[in-house]
Amino acid sequence: MVEAETAASPAASAAPPKAAPAKPAHTGAVIAASDLSLTFQTADGPVQALADIDLAIHRGEFVSLIGPSGCGKTTLLRVIADLEQPTSGEISVNGVSPDAARRERSYGYVFQSAALYPWRTIAKNVALPLEIMGLPKAEQQKRVKKNLELVNLSGFERKFPWQLSGGMQQRASIARALAVEPDLLLMDEPFGALDEIVRDHLNEQLLQLWAKTNKTIVFVTHSIPEAVFLSSKIVVMSPRPGRIYDVIDCGLPRDRGLDIRETPEFLAIAHRVREGLRAGHSYED
Amino acid sequence: MSAAHITAERPQSQGAFLLTVLAAIFAIVALPLPISEGGSRVGGSSLLLASLLLVVPTTGWPRIVGLRLLLNAVIATAAFGLLLALLSAVEGRAGLGYWAVLTATAFLTVQVMRDLARLTEGRPTPLRRAFSLAVPVVFGLWLLILWECLVRGFGVPPVLLPPPSAIAVTFASSLPTLWADFRQTFLKAVIAGYAMGCGAGFLLALLVDRVPFLKRGLLPVGNLVSALPIVGIAPIMVMWFGFDWPSKAAVVVVMTFFPMLVNTVSGLNAAGAMERDLMRTYAATHTQSLIKLRLPAALPFIFNALKINSTLALIGAIVAEFFGTPIVGMGFRISTEVGRMNIDMVWAEITVAAIAGSLFYGLVALIERTLTFWHPSYRH
Repeated sequence: MVEAETAASPAASAAPPKAAPAKPAHTGAVIAASDLSLTFQTADGPVQALADIDLAIHRGEFVSLIGPSGCGKTTLLRVIADLEQPTSGEISVNGVSPDAARRERSYGYVFQSAALYPWRTIAKNVALPLEIMGLPKAEQQKRVKKNLELVNLSGFERKFPWQLSGGMQQRASIARALAVEPDLLLMDEPFGALDEIVRDHLNEQLLQLWAKTNKTIVFVTHSIPEAVFLSSKIVVMSPRPGRIYDVIDCGLPRDRGLDIRETPEFLAIAHRVREGLRAGHSYED
Repeated sequence: MSAAHITAERPQSQGAFLLTVLAAIFAIVALPLPISEGGSRVGGSSLLLASLLLVVPTTGWPRIVGLRLLLNAVIATAAFGLLLALLSAVEGRAGLGYWAVLTATAFLTVQVMRDLARLTEGRPTPLRRAFSLAVPVVFGLWLLILWECLVRGFGVPPVLLPPPSAIAVTFASSLPTLWADFRQTFLKAVIAGYAMGCGAGFLLALLVDRVPFLKRGLLPVGNLVSALPIVGIAPIMVMWFGFDWPSKAAVVVVMTFFPMLVNTVSGLNAAGAMERDLMRTYAATHTQSLIKLRLPAALPFIFNALKINSTLALIGAIVAEFFGTPIVGMGFRISTEVGRMNIDMVWAEITVAAIAGSLFYGLVALIERTLTFWHPSYRH
């Protein structure tokens, strides 16, 4: 704890300049939200899930939304995906409204659990969005094969979801999201239900995938190491009402291994995230 | 360690031991007792053979289940054969010896069924599947023999309960009538009514799902219709659709419609929130998400209704024929033959109904298994 604190200031200040040149041409923000608020009408009265969210996410960024439960991180992701409607404020996805972006199938969404359809084989599950998009059969097969290879699930095409482990199911659901070939990937605590070892492994694979494909990824998590390890930018949120408390740029190299979690730079960022979470949390007590 | 091993083994072998000992005790007890009231003693008849045979498997011997099963089955079959052969001699006045041997054989049969069930344990193989089919068959046969022996041994009046043999004779001698009745009631009224009732319930469920107003307006009306008593509907349907099978089919439609409607409506809501959100992220149309998500997810509910309705339909058609019908049909036959005190024929019709109903249900259940193989209750 003390060690991390002493390392905090140099690493955090060094972070922003490193992050910027690592990215290719900025072609405007993929996601731009300003003054975004969302209030749920519940039986116990209105609950403000999001308040005054201002956020810009650029092409090729890996952005983590982190915060305690109830901070609105999932709600924010669902607003981006047009699964919830904001009460006020502006948001654009790929320069258009979330609704239009959804209709253009411009994002892939990975849920907290795999949500594979049990009556479909793994290959058929991955092909599901492609069937809905009305792609030709040959193209569907090509994409299924390619994306199952990408998540190391070749050979499991004919298995049913319930014959696979939780980690494999979640990998299949990532392949399903990738099959749409979106530039934007929205992931809602995709590894939350998995054990630490599987989670580490999938984190590494996801990072490689991001490095390979240069997709924009928005990733919801409540794990600090996961957020720091994966992200180029961390958005720290605090609850009641859900707000952005801090935005941290991570300057970690793009081709990082799990070992980086032992380095002072990593610990410094993790410390800043933890401080942010703590400060946001103490607000409610 | 070894104690735990023994207690784990015990219940099976102890049960086998107990059953065979009980069988032997009853067989020995039978020896000095008369087979018929005022008649000869068991010792003097062929029942001696049966009782001696029944003593053989006293200790659950031999230890190999298959061999024990074979031996017990042969002995039980021989004993039942003798008991049935003796029936004409003891008709209505069976003695304690007869009942003791019957009890002994019954115990032995239970042991046979336990061993049969034991052979079906483990990974399913064709042989194990055959054995698991044999269990209900053996049990059914055992019940029939018991029924025959009890009814004839005690001399129960046929009007109250005829022996299965009498029913079988009537069944065999009136096959053309039974077939005509079956065709009229089952092949025409039940099948048509079932198809129309289930079909209409399903289609309306799709509509109710699409138009929320119908859910509030129509479901209560459907509920009301389903609460109507069949004895009230049947005569009205006869007025509307005539004496022939269409009026029976109409009753079946009324009976099967509502279960299908309600089950399909709740089935269409069975898909999880996440699975629906997934469809939304794909910008799927209503029809696409219906076909690819909500209907498959509703299948277990739909089949539940189809199974309930398979038995409801038959009951409905038979009862409806009590309220006006041409001179053919299972319900018509039952009502007229009861009036003529021809109970054997009533039982023959009941047999037809039981077989047809079971096969119908079994067929629906079989289709269900193949289509909802993915459901947690069928996975393997």
